[in-house]
Amino acid sequence: MTVTITPLRRYRNETPYPFCPGCGHGSILDRLSEALTTLAIDPASVVIVSDIGCAGLSDQYFDTSAFHGLHGRSITYATGIKLARPELTVIVIMGDGGTGIGGAHLINAARRNVGITVMVFNNLNFGMTGGQHSTTTPDGAVTSTTPGGNLEHPLDICGTVGVNGAGYVYRGTSFDPDLSTRIVEAIRQPGFALLDVWELCTAYFVPANKFTRRALESTIERLGFGTGILHRREVAEYAAAYRAAAEGLPPRSTPTPIPQSHASDLAAPVSLVVAGSAGAKVRSAARLVGEGAIRSGLWASQRDDYPVTVKTGHSVSEVVLSPRPVTPVGVTMPDVAVVVSEDGLRKVAAMVGSMGADGVVITVPEFAGLATGARVEVVDPAAAGSRIPKSQLALVLLAAAVSRRHLYPIGALRDAAASGAFAEENLAAIGAGAGL
Amino acid sequence: MREYIDGSTAIVRGALDAGCTFFAGYPITPASSILMAMMRQLPRMGGVAIQGEDEIASIGMCIGATLAGARAMTATSGPGISLYSENIGLAVMGEVPLVIVDVQRLGPATGGATTVAQGDVQFVRWGTAGGFPIIALAPSTVTESYWLTARAFDLAERFRCPVFLLTDKELATTLTTVDLASYPPIAVRDRTVGDGGPPYRYAPSDQVPPLHEFGRGSTVRFTGSTHDAGGYITKHLSTVDALNRHLSDKIEEHRGEIELVDADLDESADTLVLGYGVTGGAVRAAVAEARSRGARVSGLVVQSLWPVPETAIGRAMAGVQRVVVPELNLGLYRREIERIARGRTVVGINRVDGELIDPAAIVEAAS
Repeated sequence: MTVTITPLRRYRNETPYPFCPGCGHGSILDRLSEALTTLAIDPASVVIVSDIGCAGLSDQYFDTSAFHGLHGRSITYATGIKLARPELTVIVIMGDGGTGIGGAHLINAARRNVGITVMVFNNLNFGMTGGQHSTTTPDGAVTSTTPGGNLEHPLDICGTVGVNGAGYVYRGTSFDPDLSTRIVEAIRQPGFALLDVWELCTAYFVPANKFTRRALESTIERLGFGTGILHRREVAEYAAAYRAAAEGLPPRSTPTPIPQSHASDLAAPVSLVVAGSAGAKVRSAARLVGEGAIRSGLWASQRDDYPVTVKTGHSVSEVVLSPRPVTPVGVTMPDVAVVVSEDGLRKVAAMVGSMGADGVVITVPEFAGLATGARVEVVDPAAAGSRIPKSQLALVLLAAAVSRRHLYPIGALRDAAASGAFAEENLAAIGAGAGL
Repeated sequence: MREYIDGSTAIVRGALDAGCTFFAGYPITPASSILMAMMRQLPRMGGVAIQGEDEIASIGMCIGATLAGARAMTATSGPGISLYSENIGLAVMGEVPLVIVDVQRLGPATGGATTVAQGDVQFVRWGTAGGFPIIALAPSTVTESYWLTARAFDLAERFRCPVFLLTDKELATTLTTVDLASYPPIAVRDRTVGDGGPPYRYAPSDQVPPLHEFGRGSTVRFTGSTHDAGGYITKHLSTVDALNRHLSDKIEEHRGEIELVDADLDESADTLVLGYGVTGGAVRAAVAEARSRGARVSGLVVQSLWPVPETAIGRAMAGVQRVVVPELNLGLYRREIERIARGRTVVGINRVDGELIDPAAIVEAAS
C-alpha cells in the first residue's frame, strides 16, 4: 500500500515526562525525537517497542506507533514486527533490567542482525522497583540488594552484542552532545544496532553511591568498556536475507494420494506389532506395510513407540490393517508380532508372552525360543540368496508376515517400496522376506 | 484417493489453508515436526517461519508479527507452554489473535517426551495470571486436526484472543489412512482491521473491536498494561473495570459460537461416555461395542474444551444417570463434568502410564 509520509516537527507529544528530577531518561528521549526529526520518517511507520521499568513508560510520550509488552521481551516483539513488515522502523527502548532478564534475546537478535535499533537506558539499577542491583551495576556499588557493595562483575552489553555480530554498537552517556547523531546512524544501519546509554538514577543509584556525571564517566573508563562507536560492520539485515533465501526453498507440499493398484480379501482388522531397534528402519518398514495395504484398498494406521534417544534403544510400531476405516486406539494384543532385535523383544516381551494360540510371532532364529503361547514362525535371513543387512531385517520379516498371512498381495508392498526412498534396497528386502 | 498422514501434517496443512503467514517455535518433542514443516513451507508462500532462541522468544515474535499484520501460529509441548505463560497473558490483555498448538506429552517437568498424556487440559485454561477466559479446541482425529486448526484461526480473529489447539503425541505422530474427499472445506473470516482512532473499545462489553495493525498509515498503540481505549496506561477505576469485564464478556457471552462437539446420542441411553482428544477414538469404539452388546449408551467427543460446551453436554446428559469420562490424566476434565452433572454419577477412567485407554475398559464401565 502507498503511505503518504508526513514527518513531524517533533515526534514527542505534549505530555510532560513522568521521570524524577535529574533522571537521564528525558534527555535521551529528547535526542531520540531529534533523531526521528532528522530522519523525517512517517510517525505511523515508527514502532517504539518499550520494555518494563521507568524507561518502559517512554512510548507514551511519542506520537509514533508503540508496543508496550512484557519485561525483557521487547526484542522478541520487535523481531516479530520487523520480520512481518520489514519496511517499519522498529526501535526498542529498554533498561538495564531488561537486558538482564532478556539476555538471551539480546544476544540472539544481535547474532541474527534483525534490523532493529535497541536503546538501553542504562542507569545501573532497577529504578522503578526500589533500586535493586541489575546485571550492569558496577562492582562495589551499593544498591538496595547489595548493601555491602556489589560482588558481581557488570555485564558489558556492547562487548556482548559486538562479538556476536551486531552491525552497529555505541556506548555513551545521556550527556553526550552527539547522541542524536548516533541514534540516526544506528537507525540507518540495516542490521542490528544497539546504543548503550549510561545515565544517572537520581532516585536510588545517585544517593546510594554519591554518584555524579563525572563518576559515571570514570566508571566506564575504570571498567575498560570503551565509549563511542565500538563496532560498525556491513551486515545483511535478517528480514531481507530471509526473503532472499526463501526463493531457494521448495514450494508448499501437497497431499500425496496413494493409488489403489491391488485388492485384499482381508475380512477383519489385523494388528501387527513390529519390535526392533531404534535407528534400524523399523518405522519406515512399518510405514511401507501400511502404504502397501492402502494400495490394496485397506485402511492402515501406524502408531510408534520409541525412547527419546535417536539411534539407541527400542523402536516399536503398531500397524493395524482393516477393510474399514478404524481409529487407532492402541493395540493391547496383536494378531501378529514381528520380533526383529533384542531391544525390541525387551519392550514387547510381556505382550508377546501373553499372546495365545491364535497369534503368530515371526522372528529370526536367535529368538526362536521366546516365551509365548502364539505360534512361532522362524525366518532365517541366512537362507536368503544374498546377505541381508541388519537395517533391512525389519522389512524382511514384515514382508514375510504380509506374504505368509496373506494380508494383501506382496506386489502392493513392492509398489509402495518402488515409489519411495531407498527403493532398490527395500525391494531387495521385500523379495527376500517374501521368499523365505 | 487416500493418503497416509499424521496429525502434525494435518495441522500444518490446516494452518496454511487458513492463511497462516507467520510461525515461530522452538524444538521440542513431540511438536518439532510442525516447526520443521513450517520452516520448509512458509517462506516460499511469502510468510515467515523462524526458530526462536527459546519458547518465550517464539511466542513473543508471533505476537509482534500479528500486530504487524501477520496471522501467526506457534507449536510446543507442555514444557514450552510453561514458558509461554507470560505471553499468553499479553495476548489476552492486548487482544492478539494467535493460535497456540500444545502437543501434549506426559508431565510434569521434562516428563515423558515421547509419551502420550492429556495432562495440560486445565493448564491451558489457567496457565497465565489473571484468570480470564481461554478458548481451546481439541481434535480427536487427523481430519479434525485439519479443520479445527483452521477453526482456531477463525476463532482467534473473531474474538481477538489466543486460541489453543490441544493435541498430543499420539494424534500428532500416528499415521492414519484418510480419504482426501473427507476433509471438509474450511472458511476463515477476514481480519477486520481498524483504520485510525482508538485501538481498543470496551462498550458494549461483549463486542470485539477491530485489530489495529502497524504500518497501515495510522499510528497504533499496543500495550500489555491495564489501558484505556487509546492504549494508554490507566488506573481509572471505571476504565479498568470495563476493560477487564470486556476481556471476559467477549468470550463468555458468545459461548454458543464456540461450542463444538461430536455427539452420537441415544435418546434412551442411561450412560453417556464423554471424552476428547486422542481418547475420543476409544470413546467412539467403546460406544459402538457397547451398543452391539445391547447397552444403551450415548457418546460425546468434546471438540471445544474451553469454554466448557455446557449446552451441548447438558443435552447429551439429559436422561442419563451415569457419565463415564476416560482421560489420560487423573480426572482433570471430569471435574468440569461433575460441576454440571447435577446428581448424576460421574465415573472416571484414568491412565497416566503413557499407554492409551483400551476401549474394553470403557465398555466395562459403561455397561
